Amino acid sequence: MGVTAAPAAVQDAEVIHTVGLTKVFPGGVKAVDHLDLSLRGGEIFGLLGPNGAGKTTTVGMLTSMVVPTDGSAVVGGVDVIRHPALAKQAIGVVPQTNTLDRSLSVAENLYFHGRFFGMSAREAKTEAHRLLEKFWLADRASAEVLALSGGMAQRLMVARAVMHRPAILFLDEPTAGLDPQSRIALWEILQELHGEGQTILLTTHYMEEADQLCDRVAIMDHGRILALDTPAALKRGVGADTIVTVSAEGGLEELARLLEARVPGATNAKRVDSTVQLGVSGSRGVLPAVINAAEQGGFTVTDLSLTEPTLETVFINLTGKELRD
Amino acid sequence: MATTTSTTAEDAAAAALTTARRNTVTASWIAFRALLLRDLTVLRKQLNEFLPRTLLQPFLLVFVFTYVFPKIGQGVGGGTGPAAESAFAMLLVAGVVGITILFQGIQSVALPMVQEFGYTKEIEDRVLAPLPVSLVALGKVTSGAIQGLIAALLVFPIAAVVPANDVHLSFNWPVVLTLVPLACITASALGLTFGTRFEPRTVPIMFGVIIIPITFLGCVYYSWTALDPIKIWGFSWLKWLVLVNPLVYMSEGFRGAFTTANHMSLAVVYLALAGFAALFLYLGINGFKKRVLS
Repeated sequence: MGVTAAPAAVQDAEVIHTVGLTKVFPGGVKAVDHLDLSLRGGEIFGLLGPNGAGKTTTVGMLTSMVVPTDGSAVVGGVDVIRHPALAKQAIGVVPQTNTLDRSLSVAENLYFHGRFFGMSAREAKTEAHRLLEKFWLADRASAEVLALSGGMAQRLMVARAVMHRPAILFLDEPTAGLDPQSRIALWEILQELHGEGQTILLTTHYMEEADQLCDRVAIMDHGRILALDTPAALKRGVGADTIVTVSAEGGLEELARLLEARVPGATNAKRVDSTVQLGVSGSRGVLPAVINAAEQGGFTVTDLSLTEPTLETVFINLTGKELRD
Repeated sequence: MATTTSTTAEDAAAAALTTARRNTVTASWIAFRALLLRDLTVLRKQLNEFLPRTLLQPFLLVFVFTYVFPKIGQGVGGGTGPAAESAFAMLLVAGVVGITILFQGIQSVALPMVQEFGYTKEIEDRVLAPLPVSLVALGKVTSGAIQGLIAALLVFPIAAVVPANDVHLSFNWPVVLTLVPLACITASALGLTFGTRFEPRTVPIMFGVIIIPITFLGCVYYSWTALDPIKIWGFSWLKWLVLVNPLVYMSEGFRGAFTTANHMSLAVVYLALAGFAALFLYLGINGFKKRVLS
């Protein structure tokens, strides 16, 4: 009692606040290590990291399914550790696996979820219908959930998770295993929800997904946050604003050394497969500089491309994990 | 409490959100009822599975022992002739209702739960409903107990009508109306305990090593008071051994509730069933929490 009018959420529209959140599993595995996290209302926040980084455990603790070893977590203005049942009112979850109720039809999955959260029968029916329309599932309303494709099942789980209008929507690896069309459809849905003001926390190991969708990204490894910022700022942090990929004939290691020495602002040039990649800050005049440097060194450039740094570049810089070496 | 001075849209949204929230007690009660509604809806949709799985075993038991045996002149219950057969049928009615309720606990609670924990993980959405996890488990026990009641109501007429000879029934209503629900809760809580402790791979062990002995040594086909003559060194070992079996108290209690047959003291029956119910609820709810939370 007395928690209903939680003033914390009113004072600062902070939807998630954790301090020193830690989970050590029996056997001593430290899955999450003193996590301090703060999410503002309305943002899409990405937890990006390889498998085993602690992303799912973090979501588990924030959704009351994993009991933290240490630290505190406030979600939607409620202390999740002390008042899990109350906090669950503020939480919507799309887990990694398909947890749709196989004994119920598509529409009934939404209907009963609404009833769990206190909707009247009529309200739950109307809302289920509206969400099925919105998530392109209206023609499947009375289908068995096992008859849904992976993408449809995923959309239904998102619909179910937002049905009770949670303060925060959690998605754990939402696009893992989806085909490209379904992935794009899900991204559109998430962007639409974002447009309506829904706060979203998603975990992913797809750099592209974090980059496309998220307002802010935390890069996680071994249970710790290594960097946290907007995707653009994280990429700026790499120290180069352009990544140049050069295809050429001849000794590529030598070409890499040559380009790093002669192209103004070049850093971190290295051979990647049958190309040379280098970061350049200040992209003006890069193309002629690269071609001139290569030709003066006796190389013939066959192809040349400029891209912005990706979150993958950021990740590799932070963890020192060379994915290709 | 500090009054809020900010007027941003975000803050307003947060305020709306927090005031829209229900207190835990109200939210839990609403969610608990909705969980029951979900289970009963599933039961209604799967009635074509519920009926045969519930009715066939009791029907066959009664049919073979109290119809076929008398018709072919095979003695049961220590004698032949209408009087002995009638007495045996009376004995069996109570046992059959007991075994039906016990099986309902396994079939409607334990087996679905083994599956949900084992691979489908469907229960996760119900665990995320806004009520304490222990109440989700208690909801399962409640809906299992309701299914047990329905099953008992369906089976009773079969057990009373199928036998070739008259079954002398005599209802002690206060006992019927309290003991049947208590037995249903005990069986459903037993189902929860098993459902949280067995995995899909070990279900055959649950049946072969636990359920079968429970049914054969549950005083379904014989009365507990009649076990005296089974002795080693003058000690009625079987009579005392079967007391660890909750089904014994259901069968014996129902003998007192529906029939004029000899039976164990009803005080012992109530006490033992309440004890088993408390034990299985404790083990089951703890097991459920352990499976759900990490």
